[in-house]
Amino acid sequence: MQNRNYYSEKVDNLFPENDDPLSKFATSNNGKSDHLMQVTAETAKQLRLTEEEFELIKKKLGRTPNFNELCAFSGMWSEHCSYKNSIKWLKTLPRDGGRMLVKAGDENAGLMDIGDGVGVVFKIESHNHPSAIEPFQGAATGVGGIQRDIFTMGARPIATLNSLRFGDLNDKKNQWLLAGVVHGIGYYGNCFGVPTVGGEVYFEDCYSTNPLVNAMSVGIVNVNKTVSATAKGTGNPVFFVGSATGKDGIGGASFASADITEDSTEELPAVQVGDPFQEKKLLEACLEVIDTGAVVGMQDMGAAGIICSTAEMSAKGGVGMRIDLDKVPTRQKNMKTWELLLSESQERMLLIVEKGREEAVMKVFDKWDLHANKIGEVTDNGLLQFYYNEELECEIPAHELVLGGGAPQYTRDYREPGYFSRITGFNLLDIEDMKEEELKPVAEQLIQLPNIASKRWVYTQYDSMVGTANATTNYPSDAAVVLVKGTSKALTVTVDCNGRYVFADPYKGAMIAVAEAARNIVCSGGEPIGVTNCLNFGNPYDPEVYYQFVKVITGMGEACRKFNTPVTGGNVSFYNQNPQGPVYPTPAIGMVGLIEDMEKRMTLDFKEEGDVILLIGIQKNCIGSSEYLQKIRKIEFSPAPVFDLDEEFAVQEYVSSLIKNKMIRSAHDISEGGLIITLFEKAFNRNLGFDIKRETVIPDKDHAIRSDAFWFGEAQSRIVVSCSALQAEKIKELSHSSITRLGIVTSGEIKVNGKNWGHISDWKQKYDTAIENYLA
Amino acid sequence: MKFGVVVFPGSNCDRDMHDALAYDLEQEVIMLWHKDKDLSQFTTDDCIVLPGGFSFGDYLRCGAIARFSPMMQSVIEFAHAGGKVFGVCNGFQVLCESHLLPGVLLQNENRQFVSKNIFITDAPGNVYKIPIAHGEGRYYADEKTLDQLEANGQVLFRYCNEQGGITDESNPNGSLRNIAGICNPNRNVFGMMPHPERACSEALGNTDGRKIIKNLLIARQLVY
Repeated sequence: MQNRNYYSEKVDNLFPENDDPLSKFATSNNGKSDHLMQVTAETAKQLRLTEEEFELIKKKLGRTPNFNELCAFSGMWSEHCSYKNSIKWLKTLPRDGGRMLVKAGDENAGLMDIGDGVGVVFKIESHNHPSAIEPFQGAATGVGGIQRDIFTMGARPIATLNSLRFGDLNDKKNQWLLAGVVHGIGYYGNCFGVPTVGGEVYFEDCYSTNPLVNAMSVGIVNVNKTVSATAKGTGNPVFFVGSATGKDGIGGASFASADITEDSTEELPAVQVGDPFQEKKLLEACLEVIDTGAVVGMQDMGAAGIICSTAEMSAKGGVGMRIDLDKVPTRQKNMKTWELLLSESQERMLLIVEKGREEAVMKVFDKWDLHANKIGEVTDNGLLQFYYNEELECEIPAHELVLGGGAPQYTRDYREPGYFSRITGFNLLDIEDMKEEELKPVAEQLIQLPNIASKRWVYTQYDSMVGTANATTNYPSDAAVVLVKGTSKALTVTVDCNGRYVFADPYKGAMIAVAEAARNIVCSGGEPIGVTNCLNFGNPYDPEVYYQFVKVITGMGEACRKFNTPVTGGNVSFYNQNPQGPVYPTPAIGMVGLIEDMEKRMTLDFKEEGDVILLIGIQKNCIGSSEYLQKIRKIEFSPAPVFDLDEEFAVQEYVSSLIKNKMIRSAHDISEGGLIITLFEKAFNRNLGFDIKRETVIPDKDHAIRSDAFWFGEAQSRIVVSCSALQAEKIKELSHSSITRLGIVTSGEIKVNGKNWGHISDWKQKYDTAIENYLA
Repeated sequence: MKFGVVVFPGSNCDRDMHDALAYDLEQEVIMLWHKDKDLSQFTTDDCIVLPGGFSFGDYLRCGAIARFSPMMQSVIEFAHAGGKVFGVCNGFQVLCESHLLPGVLLQNENRQFVSKNIFITDAPGNVYKIPIAHGEGRYYADEKTLDQLEANGQVLFRYCNEQGGITDESNPNGSLRNIAGICNPNRNVFGMMPHPERACSEALGNTDGRKIIKNLLIARQLVY
């Protein structure tokens, strides 16, 4: 852990005065208790609270807050903790129904019933800003944080996924960010021992300086053994367990709520430091301590540390807490009250224990060599009272701090972005169609584009098989299939979002993200059951950014209602900007599906020479927002791909019925790179090829379809399946209007329109090594 | 015979090993906590398994701290008495740190963690597809030791390609002489970097690991 030393050496001298919102306070009040410090609107501003918010705090307290209290509000009313600029819109999403066992937002993660007394707990969260500054620790602690959200509910994590965005891969800084983030995710996840089973990586210029690092975790719990993040029972002891508290991550929540600038590396100590071994022990100890029956409530300490977990648990239980901060184990001396309140040191939990059962709890943590200190108790006055050496340092009604309580909720103005005129100005006829002889060279370019090429350089650095439940290692499918041990069921999990589509049309793009996630689950033989989302946007005070946000929420809600996948929870990350402007609006959709019977799972790859290749869905004359149009033809502004929610739903229903009736042998949807890339991806796993002819297989109806749209277009709602000749006959008899026979599977040769394109192994070599070549 | 699986605080393949042995290979399995010492319920016909993971975080050399745990003192005694001991991945590292097996496992040649299916071959030339997942799996020993291992037939597995060819390209971590697994001269202590317990279930689509565990540990007469 050399990084830890680095932080502690530098923590007091790294900032020039005033650059860090909190640093000046670290030295300015020597010898004076923080609660005696004079606090003004100027102090509040430095803590990233507005003047109006400062006035509101005074009104709520009936007095001027002291410095500790102001820090508490600064953390809790930050965008990151309070969702103050997003919550009004988030409430419009479908947030209950289906298999949901707790209402969205009520607990740390969503909980859904999958039958047989088993629940699935899942959530996705961002760690963008820390990763921009310190990619290794930023990504590592992102993975750690999301795991705690899962096991704090009593669930054992069984799968993780991630959704990553970086700038142009030719740029050395972006290469460094990619390598650091991937190393960090692997470092933490591999040691913690939960497999990384899926994910996505995109490279676009808008993510330079401000990469996106979203981590998702999925866990399994006995529905009778879940634990709530609620404090109850006056006199019940409050336990602090896990790692000791240091100065790392102080102000992290408010840091995550500001624009990234060139000076942001000055904020290094706002980045937390992760210790996966501690987290592994914490996981086992927490699951074991639940079995004692002595745990009343439990919550992890993430953003805004102790103040957040005490406030949220108390507010939810309608109680208060008296906490003695001098009893919190620390890893450095002379920590100030506000530092203890706000520290985001990792691998810590807050437990409410049934009075009289303390010993049983201590015994478990002792077994795992973890701190477990009684730091206070539950009170009945609704007040959070923090003492240091018996002196009252901070006193705030718990509900005033939290979302749904006293935290402000804003409605922001929005207006249609100016760049929309450039998108509506796009005319397909201005782009010359591809010539027949360009087909192969363009396909060769496409297959090596970073957004399309194999991500093996990334995923081989993650342990994808620990847990012996990842059924996709040897049988690849569009979504990962993870066995629920002890049952005959499996979960299908995926995370999806094409930010360029959302940029082109936030409403439709968000629907596409949900639809693609559902499509991936359906193509794997699963039934979509629920969604978690990570909403990555620019600065919400920019009305054009807020327009994107509003439209995304609207589209996502509509699609989630259609697929009957309630949004169980998630995370909003605003302020993702670089000096050139905001990132693409990127609502990463994490979706969980259920396979009741593993016999009905489906895989994506061609199975046998001679099998028939069919297209389910309608070809469209569309190249909008495609990799081809942007990267090969260099057109930046174009509409989102053609998409219709009802048509999408019908295609998914149909493919699902084909799978259930055992009519097909593989299914893989068409996404980035279009039909030709989908065919290659189906061919790689078993080194098989394909023979496809456009002119002979497609009847008159597609005359209007351009050649580039046919091969490289990214119109949605299309799935390529393969089946035996016999199955193909049967499917034909059942005559679904939007089925097209494309060709047959070969032993390895690629033939397109009668021309020989060589052997699949040569294409695979290009596909596999493209990203490695960028980094070489 | 029965199996004992040692659980260090950072073991994360302990349950996988349990499941493979108990459910896929239908063996009796007892989990052993690292702070305990008691192995009295085991005889030298039985086998103690050191599973994969990050025993004590492995911030120092992998396995360097695990070696000093109370249970390891008993395991070392058990091995010296002729009992079977099997270490996989981190377990292999612990066995080397404990000097029950010669050599060390260094950081992978490309300095990256690697997780994927690879192929290994045994002395008779069988080829197995088995997953690996490690950052420090590059087997290293001095030339003399390597020669001895080969002369005594102590090299159990080497990395190879799908056809069984022992090539540089099929070596995933830079191990000397493509060594993936070895045993001691008495043939009762076995260590390997690949994870056979991850290849024991039909649901996961690979059962090559069953053959390895059966041949090494369960078959009455050792194959080699």
